[in-house]
Amino acid sequence: MSQELVCITCPMGCRLTVDTLTDGSLEVSGNRCARGIKYANEELLAPKRMVSATARIAGAGHEALDAIARLPVRTTVAYPKEGVLELLAAIYALNVALPVKRGDVLIKDYKGSGVDVIAARTLS
Amino acid sequence: MKELNFDAVVIGGGAAGMAAAIELDTAGFSCAIVEREEGLGGILGQCIHNGFGLIEFNEELTGPEFAERMEERLTGSKIASFTGTTVMEMDARAEIKTLYCYTAKYGVLRLNARAIVLAMGCRERNRGNIRIPGDRPAGVYTAGLAQRLVNIEGLVPGKNAVIIGSGDIGLIMARRMSWVGCKVHAVVEILPYPSGLTRNIVQCLHDFGIPLYLSHLTTRIIGKDRVEGVEVTPIENGAMMHEKAFVIPCDTVLLSVGLVPENELSKTAGVELNPMTNGPVVDSMLMTNVPGVFACGNVLHVHDLVDYVAEEARRAGQNVARWLKGDKPSREARLKAGSNVRYLAPSRVDLDRDNKLYLRTLIVKNGAMLEVKVNNRVVKTQKKSHIQPSEMITVELGPKDLESAAGSPDPVVEVSIN
Amino acid sequence: MKTGSGRYDVCIVGAGVCGANIARRLSAYDLDVVLVDKESDVSFGVSKANSGIVHGGFHHNKKHLKARLELQGAMMFDRLKQELDFPFRRCGIVVAAMHEDEMRAIEQLYMQGVDNGVIGIEMCSRERMLELEPKINPDTLGGLWVPGGGIVEPYRFVFSLVESAKKNGVEILTDFELCAALRAGDEWTLRAKDGRTVKARYAVNAAGLFADEVSAIFGAEEFTIKPRKGEYYLLDRMTKARPDRVVFPVPTNISKGMLVIPTVEGTVLIGPTAEALDDKTDLATTREQLEKILSSARTMIPSISEYDVITSFAGLRPTLDEDFYIAMSQKAPDLVQVAGIQSPGLTASPAIGEYVKDLLKKAGLRLREKVDYDPFVGKRPHVKDLSPYEVDELAAADPAYANMVCRCEKVSEAEIVAAVRAGHTTLDGVKYFTRAQMGRCQGGFCTYKIIKIIMRETGLSWQDISKNGGESRMLKDAL
Ligand SMILES: Cc1cc2nc3c(=O)[nH]c(=O)nc-3n(C[C@H](O)[C@H](O)[C@H](O)COP(=O)(O)OP(=O)(O)OC[C@H]3O[C@@H](n4cnc5c(N)ncnc54)[C@H](O)[C@@H]3O)c2cc1C
Ligand SMILES: Cc1cc2nc3c(=O)[nH]c(=O)nc-3n(C[C@H](O)[C@H](O)[C@H](O)COP(=O)(O)OP(=O)(O)OC[C@H]3O[C@@H](n4cnc5c(N)ncnc54)[C@H](O)[C@@H]3O)c2cc1C
Ligand code: SF4
Repeated sequence: MSQELVCITCPMGCRLTVDTLTDGSLEVSGNRCARGIKYANEELLAPKRMVSATARIAGAGHEALDAIARLPVRTTVAYPKEGVLELLAAIYALNVALPVKRGDVLIKDYKGSGVDVIAARTLS
Repeated sequence: MKELNFDAVVIGGGAAGMAAAIELDTAGFSCAIVEREEGLGGILGQCIHNGFGLIEFNEELTGPEFAERMEERLTGSKIASFTGTTVMEMDARAEIKTLYCYTAKYGVLRLNARAIVLAMGCRERNRGNIRIPGDRPAGVYTAGLAQRLVNIEGLVPGKNAVIIGSGDIGLIMARRMSWVGCKVHAVVEILPYPSGLTRNIVQCLHDFGIPLYLSHLTTRIIGKDRVEGVEVTPIENGAMMHEKAFVIPCDTVLLSVGLVPENELSKTAGVELNPMTNGPVVDSMLMTNVPGVFACGNVLHVHDLVDYVAEEARRAGQNVARWLKGDKPSREARLKAGSNVRYLAPSRVDLDRDNKLYLRTLIVKNGAMLEVKVNNRVVKTQKKSHIQPSEMITVELGPKDLESAAGSPDPVVEVSIN
Repeated sequence: MKTGSGRYDVCIVGAGVCGANIARRLSAYDLDVVLVDKESDVSFGVSKANSGIVHGGFHHNKKHLKARLELQGAMMFDRLKQELDFPFRRCGIVVAAMHEDEMRAIEQLYMQGVDNGVIGIEMCSRERMLELEPKINPDTLGGLWVPGGGIVEPYRFVFSLVESAKKNGVEILTDFELCAALRAGDEWTLRAKDGRTVKARYAVNAAGLFADEVSAIFGAEEFTIKPRKGEYYLLDRMTKARPDRVVFPVPTNISKGMLVIPTVEGTVLIGPTAEALDDKTDLATTREQLEKILSSARTMIPSISEYDVITSFAGLRPTLDEDFYIAMSQKAPDLVQVAGIQSPGLTASPAIGEYVKDLLKKAGLRLREKVDYDPFVGKRPHVKDLSPYEVDELAAADPAYANMVCRCEKVSEAEIVAAVRAGHTTLDGVKYFTRAQMGRCQGGFCTYKIIKIIMRETGLSWQDISKNGGESRMLKDAL
């Protein structure tokens, strides 16, 4: 089976052709450098994505013109792609009490993945 | 009316304004930042995705994190920042310049300064600018406004969206809308290639199975009260294929069709603009035609990376400090956009110093050659593995490169790409 | 405000510029008057999208009622402006001839104008034209100059008329779509779609495009209003192509042609096109018509650029016959018909108010002047028109005057709050009242702030925020 992929590691955007060999390993062509091979392997075998979203702030409303209703948050590192929606649901279920500092861990080691969700800004 | 005096006033407290102000403060000049919104950071506050700061902080940060890291550099400085304060009028003709700033805190604030830094950022082009005909229902938003509503207010404009324009903001919003429960049905792009980074096409469209219609024009918005759909017409060989037009049902249209520097205030102060960038024409010190008025960041030309904004603004701040001390370039050369170059910023180079130029190309090409000529003689070449209009290119030119310009009365430095 | 069970002397159906003028005129008398409209705000019909010109009185022959009302109405604007404080200016009108045979038409217009008694009307040479309007195409051969012609912001005119009427006791009911009218004794019972009713002795049908349907509801005359669409482009106030005068081409038999209008607020309007339709709700713009506007406007002012376009829109002319139809109904009792009010309806509207008042008087309505009638409405400050020193003073009393919400049109939070408190609780209502969202960014920066102010001032939740009422909701979800 042969698959087409675009390497997103650098702006060259090489068009990769990836063939799955009988032993399950991948043969990559079309890449201009070795990082393309690494990308193809990760993307096809265990794709990951950075997740950034917002979380509810306890008691936030729309009364004040400058009020911020949502706290931006992100994962510390990329999270397995197939679990992103589940992770988002966990983020949307948060209700963060202020004050909060940038970098505060809101979800620790989500489902044993080693990935934390942290606050991306300081709010008091 | 409250009145205050500074050596310099920076208009706009985004990445550019903050970076410029820090340099002025470091150089020992008194300086104020005036910012319309209640907090500093500018557009960064609503860009909650990651992809900021790789150059500036050596880390991949989100917009709010980048803004906060910059803001931390302000603490401990003597910079006065006036937030929730809008500069409404600027008189920059005299040596001492006057700004009238409106704020609920003090009423009208009059700020006097010897130098002004324009760092007002940009605004989004809208439906009227690209003249999409059709009905005028609720549900048509610029992508940036939708981004603000979703990311800061927590309000979601729609459940079924079509995005017009494939720039990075549109792509980022395709993912963001998908992640807040809105189905994005398509991204429609008039050009034959996407304007955004491939990386964003993959992460923001492919991941969600969102189709990208290239060479397609949005020819009509449909819907009486609320958007009901958009009509899209394919373009083949430059001609509109009306018989192949189709309608994509949706309740929301997000427009991501470009940014325009916000220079209305600059214009009223007599600042000359470059029609290619809609930003001021600036010399090698990033000073406009009005002495003492400088510009940097998106108000000068639209940048795609905040790291470049910060770098440019730092230079602007240092130059203002130089200018306030009476230092001026002794010899400059005019810059000219050669073949395949859309624009260059600034418009002049200093023959005796290191210069950094930003430029945009008009073409998409793998394996291009950038060439710098002084008075028609090639002085520098640079290989570029990949270029496209949406990605800014940087060039550095030092006194050595420009040596041959020294003798001529009106030297011209031309940059071209082939 | 009565919520629909009241008894009135007069019920006016339609709160466009005609209904508003009639209501205000009647508010000078000891009467109970109600003004109803199916939209969520007043002036959301024909009166919101038109050229906004106070015409010069030379386009139509005096034998027509509309010409007489136009002449009379145009003269009333100066006094109305003093009383009501809406944007209006007599900038004058030029009609430019581009061909030799158009000069003959100019001559005819001139004769008609003189015959109609138009003050200061003048035939112009090429030199005189270029002196009056330097932006005009230098290929012009000459034309007409009508110094009394003017420009007005039509919706602001309606808003201030309604405000004045309200101040003098008129009730306003919005979202009141008339769907049934029953006559019992000498009284009409008028029922809205949502079930509310009002009772009134007399009724006025000023329903614009829908005057035919409203006439049918009353069991009155049968006629058909045909919509004729006019599309426009709006140019940024920074455009170099802004003329000082309204620039007309030489009119044809069907329309006054496509104009270049320097609006009172500093932007430039070009259009309208003229296209007969069947659908009275079709306000869509089309690429073909818009291209026509640009090319036609450029023949008069060559410096017009598509880069200056900030938005486009369309209006529908409610066409019936060549003339206005303003009369007591011959079929339904105590009903005044105000139908077929196309151009110059805006210009004529103050005179229409007088005319309808006289019709009602003849029909037996007792008019006793109100002792406490106050024709003036309070002037509202607009930050855009004030110096920094004046804004500073205002802000001392209300800091919200120094909090800018719309940067393009320079509108402060205080002005938005005033609009919302005056009952303009939709985004379009706020837009027409304050101009916020009307500038070059078209709301890109200020829409979210306006949404929040409306929510704060009215207690509405996000679900209820709409562009212009009904189903035009702005938001679909909250996180
Ligand atoms: C939606 C979006 C996504 C982006 N994504 C990325 C990305 O992934 N990675 C990346 O590196 N870069 C990204 N960028 C680019 C980068 O973030 C911006 O170019 C940069 O932040 C611009 O900084 P600035 O200071 O020039 O302008 P802004 O941040 O726009 O700041 C200008 C400030 O001036 C204020 N102002 C304007 N007029 C006045 C006035 N009259 N009085 C007072 N204040 C005034 C405004 O309120 C604003 O706060 C993105 C940009 C946008 C718009
Ligand atoms: C393109 C164009 C350009 C024009 N230019 C000019 C110009 O430059 N100068 C000039 O003098 N005139 C001009 N006119 C004409 C002018 O705009 C109109 O004559 C005038 O606005 C008509 O006002 P109206 O009150 O009769 O109608 P409208 O403003 O339409 O008011 C009627 C109201 O009735 C309401 N209504 C309808 N049915 C019902 C119902 N069943 N129940 C309750 N309410 C109902 C509607 O919602 C509407 O608000 C122009 C018109 C157009 C279309
Ligand atoms: S394969 Fe190498 S050169 Fe090609 S896009 Fe990937 S990282 Fe860039």
